[in-house]
Amino acid sequence: MSEKKLMKGNEVVGEAAIRAGCRYFFGYPITPQNDIPAYMSRRLPEVDGVFLQAESEVAASNMVYGAAGAGARVLTSSSSPGISLKAEGISYIAGAELPAVIVNIMRSGPGLGGIQPSQADYFQATKGMAHGDFRLLVLAPSTVQELADLTYLAFDLADKYRNPVMVLGDGMLGQMMEPVEFKEMRDLDELPKKEWATDGAKGREKNVINSLGLVAENLEKHNLKLKAKYDQMREEEVRYDDYKMDDAELAIVAYGTTARIATSAIDRARKEGYKVGLIRPITLFPYPENRIAEAADQVDEFLAVEMSTGQMVEDVKLAVNGKKPVDFYGRTGGVVPSTDEIYDKIVAMRGDK
Amino acid sequence: MEKIAGYPESLDNQSTHYCPGCTHGIIHRLIAEVIDELEIREETIGVAPVGCAVLCYEYFDVDMHEASHGRAPAVATGVKRVHPDKTVFTYQGDGDLASIGTAEIVHAANRGENITTIFINNAIYGMTGGQMAPTTLEGQKTTTSPYGRNIKDSGNPIKMTEMLAVLDGPAYIARVSVHNPKEIRKAKKAIKKAFRMQLEGKGFALVEVLSTCPTNWGISPTDGLKWLEEMMLPQYPLDVFKDIEEVE
Repeated sequence: MSEKKLMKGNEVVGEAAIRAGCRYFFGYPITPQNDIPAYMSRRLPEVDGVFLQAESEVAASNMVYGAAGAGARVLTSSSSPGISLKAEGISYIAGAELPAVIVNIMRSGPGLGGIQPSQADYFQATKGMAHGDFRLLVLAPSTVQELADLTYLAFDLADKYRNPVMVLGDGMLGQMMEPVEFKEMRDLDELPKKEWATDGAKGREKNVINSLGLVAENLEKHNLKLKAKYDQMREEEVRYDDYKMDDAELAIVAYGTTARIATSAIDRARKEGYKVGLIRPITLFPYPENRIAEAADQVDEFLAVEMSTGQMVEDVKLAVNGKKPVDFYGRTGGVVPSTDEIYDKIVAMRGDK
Repeated sequence: MEKIAGYPESLDNQSTHYCPGCTHGIIHRLIAEVIDELEIREETIGVAPVGCAVLCYEYFDVDMHEASHGRAPAVATGVKRVHPDKTVFTYQGDGDLASIGTAEIVHAANRGENITTIFINNAIYGMTGGQMAPTTLEGQKTTTSPYGRNIKDSGNPIKMTEMLAVLDGPAYIARVSVHNPKEIRKAKKAIKKAFRMQLEGKGFALVEVLSTCPTNWGISPTDGLKWLEEMMLPQYPLDVFKDIEEVE
C-alpha cells in the first residue's frame, strides 16, 4: 500500500490497470473517458508498455482481441457509443475465451446522446453486449477508491475466467477527484502463465485463437462450457454492499454514483424516522439476486433508483419474484437525480406508513 | 541428401475445403515454403480472415488467430505489439480487406506496422456465394450484380494496392498473380521479400495476389486461369508499387 493521492477517476483507472500488470492499451477518443487514454499515453512508456490510439473503436477492440490472444494483460476504455462499436471485438474475445478488461464511462444515449453522466448502458453491459450467447463479468464502482480496487481486481478475474470483464462507471465517477490509495505494483513474472497464447509454436503444437464453430453440436458444447463459467461466477463472484438494511422497511437498490446519492437521501429520511436502507450491487453480472430475494422477506417494498428510464429495475423484480412491490425512480438523458428527489420519493412511498 | 520436393513443414498435410481450380491452395503453399525457408515456423503467428480462407488456421502449421471480418490488420497489430520479435502475417481476401476492412488496412499500412499482409483478390465474394466485391470488374455478373457490375451505381473496381502505395508508412507493396508457373515463381519471390522485410524491421509489407474463383465465376478451372489473365490483368496490372529498398 502507498500513501493517499488526490486523483481524478479516469486517471485512477489507468494507474490501477498498470499496477495490475497491464502494459497494453488500445483506444479511441470519446468524451467523457478521454483522461484514461491520455493518462495511459503518458504513463505506459514509463513502464515499457504500449499505448496505441486506434483508427476506430472497432479497430481498438480487435487490437485488444489480438493482444489478449497473444497473452497480454490488456485494457481498453470508452464511453457509451464507443462501447457499441467495441461490441464486435468483445463478442469475439468472449467466444475465444480471452481475458481482457473494458472500461465504460457511461454517457447518455441513445444514438450520439449527450456527454453527461448516465447509467443507460446497463442492459448493454449485463444482457446484450453483442451477438451470441455470452456474458461479461460487470463491476460497478461507486467511489474513486472502489474504481481503483475494482479495475485492479478486473484483471485477475479476467484471467481466472478467461473472459472479458467490464468496469462500468459513469461520467461523474470518471471526472470526480477523490483521495485514492493504490495496491502494489504487480510483478509481471508472477502473472498467470498462458499456455494457450499465440506466441510462436516453439517446441509445442500450434495454438489457435478462434471463435468459429461450424459444427452445431460442437459449438453447443462450447457455449455450455461458457455457461458453466458464468454459473461459477454466480457462485463465487457476487459482490454487494448493504447500508442501514438491519431494520429497513424500504430497500433502495442502486449502483454506482446513484447509490451515493441514494445514501444521502437515506440519511435524511432516517432523521425523519423512515426505516430505509440500501442494497448496492457491486457486481451487475453476476447480480446479487439472492441478497435481494432474502431482503424481500424483510422489507415491505423496494425502490430501484437509476440514471435511466428503468433497466436494472427488471433484475430487482426478477429477484423479488413478486413477493413485494418494486417501484422505480430515475432521471435520464444526462440528468443526475438529486438527494431531494430521492428523499421525496421515499416520503411518497412511506409517508402514510 | 538434399530434399528437393515434399510438403512444407509449415502447412498441415491435409485436404482443404477449397473448390477445384481455386488458387488459395497454391498461395498457402507459397507462404508455407517461405516460412520454412526463412526458418521462422516457430516464431510466426498468422491471422486468418473471414471469407473463403476463414479456415486457413487449420492449414498453416503455425500459431494462428482467427479475426473478425476485415479486422485482421488490427488483430495482427495487437499480436505484434505484444510480440515485436515474432513474425506476424495476415491472410485476407478482397471482401475482407478491400470492403469491410478498408479502415484497418489503411491505418495498419500508414502506421508502418511491422507485419506482412497477403491480399487475395479474386474479384468476388467466394464463401458467401459469389456476391459482387469492390474488386468485381465492370460488367462482371455476380449474384448481387446479375446484369453485370454497373459502374454508375456500384462504383469502380477498387485498386487497394495502388492506394496503399501512396502512403508513407509501407515498406513494400506489390501485385502478383498465380495463373501460370512463371507468375507463381515471381509471386513466391514477392511473398518472401514481404516476410524478409518484416524480419529486418523495415515495416509494413503487402502482396496482392490475383487469384481464381471458377466456382463463383461459373467457368472451368482452366478457363478461370485464362479469365484471370485476360480480364483481371488489364484492370490490376502486376507491378511493384513501392519498395523502400529500391530507394535505398
